Amino acid sequence: MSNGITFYAIFFAAIFTNNILLTNYLGMCSFLAVSREVKTSQGLGMAVAIVMAATSVLNWLAYRYILVPLDLVYLRFIVFIVIIAAFVQLIEMIIERVSDSLYASLGIFLPLITVNCAILGVCLFMVIREYTLLQAFFYGLGSGIGWALAIIAMAGIRQKMAKARVPKGLAGAGITLIIAGIMALAFMGFSGMIQIT
Amino acid sequence: MITMQLLIGIGAICGVSTVLAVIMVIADATIANYGEVKVRINEDKELVVPGGKPLLGSLMEQKIFIPSACGGRGSCGLCKVKVTSGAGEYLATELPWISEEEKKENIHLSCQLKVKKDIGIRIPERLFNVKEYAAEVVSLKDLTYDIKQVTMKLLDPMEIVFKAGQYIQFQVPEYELSKESVYRAYSVASQPSVKDSVELEIRLVPNGICTTYVFEHLKEGERITINGPYGEFFLRDSENEIVFIAGGSGMAPIKSILYDMREKGSKRKARYFFGARAVRDLFLVEEMKELEKDLENFSFIPALSEPEEKDNWTGETGLITDVLDRHLENGDGTEAYLCGSPGMIDASIKTLTKNGIPEELIYYDKFA
Repeated sequence: MSNGITFYAIFFAAIFTNNILLTNYLGMCSFLAVSREVKTSQGLGMAVAIVMAATSVLNWLAYRYILVPLDLVYLRFIVFIVIIAAFVQLIEMIIERVSDSLYASLGIFLPLITVNCAILGVCLFMVIREYTLLQAFFYGLGSGIGWALAIIAMAGIRQKMAKARVPKGLAGAGITLIIAGIMALAFMGFSGMIQIT
Repeated sequence: MITMQLLIGIGAICGVSTVLAVIMVIADATIANYGEVKVRINEDKELVVPGGKPLLGSLMEQKIFIPSACGGRGSCGLCKVKVTSGAGEYLATELPWISEEEKKENIHLSCQLKVKKDIGIRIPERLFNVKEYAAEVVSLKDLTYDIKQVTMKLLDPMEIVFKAGQYIQFQVPEYELSKESVYRAYSVASQPSVKDSVELEIRLVPNGICTTYVFEHLKEGERITINGPYGEFFLRDSENEIVFIAGGSGMAPIKSILYDMREKGSKRKARYFFGARAVRDLFLVEEMKELEKDLENFSFIPALSEPEEKDNWTGETGLITDVLDRHLENGDGTEAYLCGSPGMIDASIKTLTKNGIPEELIYYDKFA
């Protein structure tokens, strides 16, 4: 593959400098809706990280060995979405089977993230940037961890903010978006560390 | 060439989808297959149900009905049951409805709890009396401009046993306002001696799923499904003086209780305060006058909050709470039965306790 970025550079870049949520603003809906409590956002963040890491590998394989050889790259959107949906369903069934406590803390979020655009976004970026399998896996994992980091930080802030008096017109999604913007500025401070495009 | 490409594209999509579908089917039959599990009820009955489904639905299939107003979506918090064994951890979808004390007692929402292994539960014995009834609408009558009286004849089973004041659930089928069938609770207005039919009084709620259905779609002769009876709202056996308070369709359970008292020849002192806006909101006044004659110590006190000029109203006026305040002197030896909107009930409870009626002697049905 053309680029020679090491996988750990991609991994850290995906967490900090190229955080999928704060630089690309993907995955906003669940970020806004489920960031009220640190505990629930931990569950959701973990679920996103696992699904991103796994589906980026699966979709990489599907892209490389099915779509490219058959010259069907234009179908990648639909194929990626179908694979993500099936994987999420499958992992939900497995978690429900093996562990009650894991299902209680993580499983119920899985249906929420089937349609999370950040997950599809990761799969599309890795294709555009022509990552290798190893790079794709670490890009997926890093992005997932980055997304989790952002939502947990946001939940922490919102928990503290619950006691503050927010002007009525800004309460709810309004103030959350403003906080997300300031968080994005803060994350830009990392940008001197590593850069990937 | 282009057709070729198109065919490959379609083939590839179909291929990928088929493979995934097969994986899902296999997973469904293996990973998600919990076989048959046992549900022990009250250490007494044992049911065998297919595993992996929510408890509420599994019990419903066995003809045991836990009261639930939302139909299993986890949004009403009514379908609580005590789980004695095999409960597992609480889900985030249950927590908003479960208090700390209930957690200690292992009370779960039966619509969220999936039965994956043998479990034991405890439910009140009277729920076994709850049945599903097929019924036919025999009459629809306008009581006021926004309240309808719906009378249904029971077809299967043909008789219902209930206490005056209890409610049933009305199943609204799928129609334009609701993609799935839902249940809504209504008090029975007919008295328990009428076993072969059920009468409801339903007030139109703008855009309400059930009330719109009843007002705009339901026809005489139509078959519907109800289940019940439910609820703790019934006349307690005592010598206390009774105060009934109702507004709008809250008339229904009180009417049932009063007719029941008449049949039993009750001599208890009772007053019935009925709140309405104007004369056009009053109904069943003649029937209440009849009751005043037949029941020795009963009086009906309708009160209008905004009587119109043309009403020529000479009775009580003002908010129901003000009227109550004027009539109640001493709360000793009095118990109260309330049915109406949450706002009216909360305000009435305040007035009643202020006049010395202890909260534990105030019984109510709050229909939000």
